[in-house]
Amino acid sequence: MNALKNKKNIGAVLGEYGAFIALALLVIVLSIIEPSFRTPSNLMSLLRQASFNGLIAFGMTLVILSDGIDLSVGSVFALSAIICAELLMSGMNAVLAVLIALIAGTLLGAISGLLVTKGRLQPFIATLITMTAYRGVAKIITEGKPISQLAGNASGGDFFFKAMGKGNVLLFETVKIPIPAIVLVVAFLIVYFILTKTTFGRRIYATGSNAKCAKLVGVNTNKIKIACYSISGFLAALAGLLMISRLDSAQPTLGDGYELDAIAAVALGGTSMSGGRGKVTGTIAGVLIIAVLNNGLNIMNVSSYYQEVIKAIVILVAVLSDSKR
Amino acid sequence: MNIEMRGIDKSFGSNQVLKDAGFLLKDGEVHALMGENGAGKSTLMKILTGVYTKDAGTIYVDGQEVSYKNPQEAEKAGIVFIYQELNVLFDLTVEENLFMGKEITKKFGVCDKKAMRAKAQEIMDRMGVKIPVNAVMSDLSVGQQQMVEICKALMVDAKVIIMDEPTAALTQSETEALFEVMNALRKKGVSIVYISHRMEEIFELCDRITILRDGQYIGTRNICDITMDDVVQMMIGREIGERFPKRESSIGEEVLRVEGLSHEKLFRDVNFSVRAGEVLGVSGLMGAGRTEIMQAIFGNLPVVSGKIFIEGKEVSIKNPRQAIAAGIGFITEDRKTEGLLLEKSIAENIELANLNKVSKRSVLSRKQGAELVKRGIEEFRIKCFGPEHECGNLSGGNQQKVVLAKWIYTDPKILILDEPTRGVDIGAKKEIYNVINEMAAKGVAVIMVSSELPEVLGMSDRIMVVHEGHITGIIDAEGADQAKVMTLATGGCLA
Repeated sequence: MNALKNKKNIGAVLGEYGAFIALALLVIVLSIIEPSFRTPSNLMSLLRQASFNGLIAFGMTLVILSDGIDLSVGSVFALSAIICAELLMSGMNAVLAVLIALIAGTLLGAISGLLVTKGRLQPFIATLITMTAYRGVAKIITEGKPISQLAGNASGGDFFFKAMGKGNVLLFETVKIPIPAIVLVVAFLIVYFILTKTTFGRRIYATGSNAKCAKLVGVNTNKIKIACYSISGFLAALAGLLMISRLDSAQPTLGDGYELDAIAAVALGGTSMSGGRGKVTGTIAGVLIIAVLNNGLNIMNVSSYYQEVIKAIVILVAVLSDSKR
Repeated sequence: MNIEMRGIDKSFGSNQVLKDAGFLLKDGEVHALMGENGAGKSTLMKILTGVYTKDAGTIYVDGQEVSYKNPQEAEKAGIVFIYQELNVLFDLTVEENLFMGKEITKKFGVCDKKAMRAKAQEIMDRMGVKIPVNAVMSDLSVGQQQMVEICKALMVDAKVIIMDEPTAALTQSETEALFEVMNALRKKGVSIVYISHRMEEIFELCDRITILRDGQYIGTRNICDITMDDVVQMMIGREIGERFPKRESSIGEEVLRVEGLSHEKLFRDVNFSVRAGEVLGVSGLMGAGRTEIMQAIFGNLPVVSGKIFIEGKEVSIKNPRQAIAAGIGFITEDRKTEGLLLEKSIAENIELANLNKVSKRSVLSRKQGAELVKRGIEEFRIKCFGPEHECGNLSGGNQQKVVLAKWIYTDPKILILDEPTRGVDIGAKKEIYNVINEMAAKGVAVIMVSSELPEVLGMSDRIMVVHEGHITGIIDAEGADQAKVMTLATGGCLA
């Protein structure tokens, strides 16, 4: 019995903090070889970068924990953003437009959830369908063209379209914390709370671990899955709105391929792709690893072709060294 | 083939599972290997077949010292292990499974389907089993899949076959067919190591018995020189008293009544009732529809007609949630796929069924959860290193105790147990029987589905027998015997 306990402790340390150790190493190495990496302004812009993928990856974590996958997040990101932009251009109040776009994102996620549960489609196929469809709809609405100068057209709630994406909050009157990073932290705390402290979280793990067993103890596994996809849709929409607020324009190709970065972050964080096992703390480490790599390699002027290969290697090493694999 | 294992030690980490264990197998005998779960039976056999390496000790096969590095080497030497967890590929056909890795080929590695089919058929015929060789494994019953596994061993002309709980999932007739084959093999000089918890079978079939306890060799006896009580005592090192403990409960009002319950094809017009404090045993052959009737009552299988009354009131149960709300607890047949989250801790498993008890407005209370789990581990005497022990690493008996704990804390009025002691050792079995009795004494209506006739006869107040989706009789346990139950289970009538 003692042996089991000891083994678990070592495994637990590696499994829980492996991604953080990797992150710390990366940051230290980059700080040494590239002094401009460690400047506060660079680190803050890194955080702003990370927040878009982070929000999406939190939703992805929930979906993957419930034994699913959500390929549609990039498309939801774009379509919600387009909906919001179109509403703004039509003269709608910004607060209302944002709310409607967030609800739309949630519903788009729920549709994926319904296809998986009621439609009995495999999650990969179901969200491949919604991914393609939503992207198409975004292009139809905009006729493929970008919508620009949103801030100028936003009536009321200037904050949303002038500050949300690009704004900062001053800390100690010196450090500028980007607003998206604050949104990211709040979202993290909420998702962390859900997963560790609520019955809903327990039911997500149970559903992903063994849906048959969960159903027999009275868990409505369909409802849990639909909820996970809906939250994923909501968070993707939120990320999309932050993005157009920052860019001051929206285009239908926004967020293309974002689902892959989100899945990579979840995998880096040690969450099992077959559901039931994983943590959102791991996901945030994964998100930061990807962001640090992107940022660091850019600063070092590494060609973008090489960047992708290096990213792939880092993910491979991290996932291979995951003791719980 | 003679096999002698002497002074075998084996540890996993600091956990010593075998200590000076030994075993002697003679030519052409059926040798039972018994011991409680965790006694080291499977580990010892896995060392013999090269799955694990021993830390110390020697193995002689026909007088020569051997040490197989992997199961393939052992198989080449003629020693085959048939595992309890079936080792079959569910999406392939019977024939493809039989010839996996040893396909008969024509030129250029092209499979000779015809030859393989003929050989597969020949082996099936020798076994006296009627399974189409081109059937897909997943379409077969567990019993049939087990038969295919045994055929697979026969294919390599094994001289020693080790079977780990082979009859756990077999019907009566399949078990008989298996015993016939085993007897025939014995006559041909094949030796069989038979690991089982079923005392009756061992006494019917085996020549000798070796008993292990806590990884140690306790003794080897001729079956004809020993009684079941002796075996039990050797296994647990103490007397456990009566095999089926007496129950102190008074039978009260009717709690559950089922009227005219019918499924599209699996069962028809099921009528029965259970009263408070009563244990209703449910017997029948595999595939008779016992499990399906229980699944339907629990709302996990749709029915075409029928009514369910709980405490006199008709209830509508369309899913497990409604069943739980109506006061039904259901301990399923297969704890590994339906009863437990194997990769999760004891705590998470117990709490999952009792989330409303360990939370306030959907927020978990750490204190309440810890108290409930602590109570569960103590009351059910679950052997573990703590609440965080992963259920997949528990022995069968302890896993079953977790399942019992999680359901019993939901305070059910009706408790359905489907094969509650399958794959559980004698000590744990008795503890499970005690739990059933305690529940009945508290006024819970208990329904116990079981394939073990002695258990049904020993534990029930009344026995309901199912045959091909029909209830052929409900009889008082007093005055019932195996013959009566089997008559009903095979569709006969009691005179």
